[in-house]
Amino acid sequence: MKTITVRYFAIFREHAGVSQESVELEASTALDVFEQTKGRHGSPEPAAHCKVAINDVMAAWSSPVSDGDTVLLFPPVAGG
Amino acid sequence: MISISNTAIPVDELRKQMAAPAAGGFCVFEGWVRNENEGREVQRLEYEVYEPLALTEGEKVLAEAQMKFPHIDAICVHRSGLLEIGDCAVWVGVSAAHRDEAFKACRYVIDEIKTRLPIWKKEHYVDGDSGWVNCERCANVAHRHTDPDTEGS
Repeated sequence: MKTITVRYFAIFREHAGVSQESVELEASTALDVFEQTKGRHGSPEPAAHCKVAINDVMAAWSSPVSDGDTVLLFPPVAGG
Repeated sequence: MISISNTAIPVDELRKQMAAPAAGGFCVFEGWVRNENEGREVQRLEYEVYEPLALTEGEKVLAEAQMKFPHIDAICVHRSGLLEIGDCAVWVGVSAAHRDEAFKACRYVIDEIKTRLPIWKKEHYVDGDSGWVNCERCANVAHRHTDPDTEGS
């Protein structure tokens, strides 16, 4: 098990009811974190439509996660 | 240079900053808050920005533009917070020796800004409803969670 701090933004934050939380997960990749926290962020969108960052660096969904990492889950963006 | 502002974008000052002896032209894109989207009357917009990564990614976009279109100078400012109809939400200015590079670089920057930066737009509608843009299915889920007629169904 890894302790991961998960940060939620926009609709994900509203859905989770918190902006971040520490969770214990059997996660190897950023995608695992996304999938295993679906009950919290509630995204019906596939991960491919969303973005992820690890420790404040934009990452791929296949990026590995380590114990103590902060994973930022971004719903579909809409700047401009 | 890119920045995030939670107050009105100073468009006149920004335009003056772009002036340079080597610049033969200047192209600007201003994104404005409009009163309608997909048939719904919009009252105001709310931008949420994750500033640390919006700045990092935004600087990458500007650097890419300067690689693709040498000898340009570019500035981008994006709003955060609550905006009213007519407010400027994003400002992209590009100066260049010639118009072709200015137009192309400006288009490149705004297109990349819209799809890559961690920025989210929530529309507040005249009818009192609200929704996150580009996340209609997400919004539908959120509405189901708050609608007493369907809650628990």
